[in-house]
Amino acid sequence: MKLDSKIPEGPLAEKWTKHKFNLKLVNPANKRKYDIIVVGTGLAGGAAAASFGELGYNVKAFCYQDSPRRAHSIAAQGGINAAKNYQNDGDSVFRLFYDTIKGGDYRAREANVYRLAEVSSNIIDQCVAQGVPFAREYGGLLDNRSFGGAQVSRTFYARGQTGQQLLLGAYSALSRQIAAGKVEMFPRTEMLDVVLVDGEAKGIVTRNLVTGKIESHSAHAVVLATGGYGNVFFLSTNAMGCNATAAWRAYKKGAYFANPCYTQIHPTCIPVHGDQQSKLTLMSESLRNDGRVWVPKEQSTAESLKKGEIKPKDIPEEERDYYLERIYPSFGNLVPRDVASRNAKNVCDEGRGVGETGLAVFLDFRDAIQRDGKDVIEAKYGNLFQMYEKITADNPYETPMMIYPAVHYTMGGIWVDYNLQTTIPGLFAAGECNFSDHGANRLGASALMQGLADGYFVLPYTIGNYLANVSSAKISTDHEAFIEAEKAVEERINKLLNINGHKTVDQFHKELGKIMWDKCGMARNEKGLKEAKKEIKQLRLDYWKNVKLIGANNELNMTLEKALRVADFLELGELMVDDALNRRESCGGHFREESQTEEGEAKRDDENFTYVSAWEYKGAEKEAQLHKEILEFENVKLTQRSYK
Amino acid sequence: MEKGHSHTLKVWRQKDAISKGEFKTYKIDNVSTGSSFLEMLDILNEKLLEKGEDPIHFDHDCREGICGTCSLYINGRPHGPDRLVTACQLHMRSFKDGETITIEPWRAKSFPVIKDLIVDRSAFDRIIQAGGFVSVRTGSVEDANAIPVAKKNADEAMDAAACIGCGACVAACKNASAMLFVSAKVSQLALLPQGKVERKQRALKMVAQMEEEGFGACTNTGACSAECPKGIELTHIARLNREYINASLTAEEK
Repeated sequence: MKLDSKIPEGPLAEKWTKHKFNLKLVNPANKRKYDIIVVGTGLAGGAAAASFGELGYNVKAFCYQDSPRRAHSIAAQGGINAAKNYQNDGDSVFRLFYDTIKGGDYRAREANVYRLAEVSSNIIDQCVAQGVPFAREYGGLLDNRSFGGAQVSRTFYARGQTGQQLLLGAYSALSRQIAAGKVEMFPRTEMLDVVLVDGEAKGIVTRNLVTGKIESHSAHAVVLATGGYGNVFFLSTNAMGCNATAAWRAYKKGAYFANPCYTQIHPTCIPVHGDQQSKLTLMSESLRNDGRVWVPKEQSTAESLKKGEIKPKDIPEEERDYYLERIYPSFGNLVPRDVASRNAKNVCDEGRGVGETGLAVFLDFRDAIQRDGKDVIEAKYGNLFQMYEKITADNPYETPMMIYPAVHYTMGGIWVDYNLQTTIPGLFAAGECNFSDHGANRLGASALMQGLADGYFVLPYTIGNYLANVSSAKISTDHEAFIEAEKAVEERINKLLNINGHKTVDQFHKELGKIMWDKCGMARNEKGLKEAKKEIKQLRLDYWKNVKLIGANNELNMTLEKALRVADFLELGELMVDDALNRRESCGGHFREESQTEEGEAKRDDENFTYVSAWEYKGAEKEAQLHKEILEFENVKLTQRSYK
Repeated sequence: MEKGHSHTLKVWRQKDAISKGEFKTYKIDNVSTGSSFLEMLDILNEKLLEKGEDPIHFDHDCREGICGTCSLYINGRPHGPDRLVTACQLHMRSFKDGETITIEPWRAKSFPVIKDLIVDRSAFDRIIQAGGFVSVRTGSVEDANAIPVAKKNADEAMDAAACIGCGACVAACKNASAMLFVSAKVSQLALLPQGKVERKQRALKMVAQMEEEGFGACTNTGACSAECPKGIELTHIARLNREYINASLTAEEK
């Protein structure tokens, strides 16, 4: 199948407006005849489900959590970007577009990114109207801050809990539609397959996580808003339940998976404390606005620190290496995430890392506290400092924080066209679960923006265009496609439950995570990737022989839930490695050691790799097939990113 | 590295909503003091799995104190002995080596146990559905800066909005009252101009739903606020009472 991105004709700034006019509409009286399934209730899914309900469609929304209010969008701390230019500092839709394209290392579609920047303003308006308590100035107007990699202040925030407040806004809109009877909500329910009728997505198969009941749900269109796949790495900043199963099942039913190797390693996380750790905690990168990143200049000083012979504050100024400020004088501590992460890895590889494991760098607020006073710093970051102290028992007002990069976000995801439709007609993907807007690297405060843009302002238009072309006749779940899909799900569950091996799901997951982190993490090379491919395959085969589960299907069984998810991670991990092997260039979050400048910076290869890699499933134990969507840049000139 | 702690755990085990539950005792050794409370349970669960026993089921997700999923009643206190943290952010350094730790689910009629330490908190969702929103359609709104909001009000609204809906307030209350939860949402929206149009209906409807769900009455003991991991203050209950009384007396539609 040839990939058609369906990017509208015409000048960049007019594409979305024209496209909206050209999209077919569903008559208001007919909307109630159409059913839409939305899987996932984070920013993208919650916003979409609420907006569909408001338009008059019948919506069924699903989430694995006990309430839609708990989706992992809630954990985003720092903020949300919008090209409001309230600060009069030269921001504009074009600048936000340009920054996002550049930040993504020229691996995203111009038209999608421009639309994202264009609707960003509407998002802020919408959220304020919902009662989201954004930070304000004394005059009562909205406050902004600058955020990782941006040279204008365009980030709106609600203390360190912006994701929570935006999600609760979407949740309140969703709750209103649930009360109005337009949305039927299925919490503690996990999607285990998508169902195609005559080649189009017409429903899903789910498992009730309390009773274990396998059920079919039909609809005229299906939206996946199921988040990213960072938990492939076992340790990440994702919630424990975040998984790739919905996206992976869609892939196996024919939706192409795009750029799976693009993963974002966030520079400011709390370092790993030991092998009992279950997840990593992010510290908002807004901390880099005032904190200065450093390690000792000499390895010997780092050793003394590790042994506890000296304290960080004993190290004199001239023995500290503020390496980001040194290497990147114009951006300093505010370089984009991938650059900050890679440099942290470099200094730790040189033996200059700090902390018990040597896998940490300092983030120091001493100078900011001296400059602005403790009160000002506390007002900005108080809750983050408190969280840090709770976890580490160190007081960041007194001693520098320690941070280390961790897997945080996945730019790759299900391939979608301009309408957010996948290669399966009737199946749409929104938010982190699609690949569309961040290219090879996402800028800070842009995930919230994209999730809400897709949910509030893109899908409500584009899904109507699809529905207007399909019959509104109800689809029966007695159709053989549903029966077959249910049977396949049940067989898969029974197979897992009957293996009776000797290794737990977590043991497999940890091994997978280690392979991925070591060989498909912050830096990748051909040799390592080839090894990883073999090792993952071996692990997967072993999993289906040796995994140990307890209990039955017809009960709340968290081991089974996890086992199903890890089975899919084991397959996805291999595709990530395939993609990383294929992309013999460095771009954004994907750093191929073979492709770097003399100074050790990432080197893109625009001549050979200015394309989206979209992978097609060809069957079990068969290699996936690569399709290329060539990216065309008409409005920006491709430059090598430089933050020096 | 310092040697890990040993603990005796008394854990509530209950097969499902209809079965009778009981405490079971487990021993756990060599727990790193840097581990979180839930990581300690993970370790125990791995051991149970290896022995072929059903692991202890408990609700958890983000493990960074913001999603509100975790809900453990530890040594007689919601989220355990530390102030201003959820169970997932509680660390084992908060317990003495050798200490016995009792772990129960939230105990409230309106939060029935589903399995082990997991309870059903959908009553909270239904209370929000009754009126915890501003009725705005996507797209039908004005510029975000069109209505200035005094910083003081915005900040106070944010204080209330910080509620994570975990239910610790209910678990802490001797009457299993949900007043702190309800008041946080009513207060947030009453403080903002965007929420003013519907403030009377909101207070009346949310309180009515709270009563229908069977939550108990508030007697202002303040246990809810003292145990709230987000420090939601009692002043919000005072504001809810004002909103409710005002609405009861003056609302045109009830």
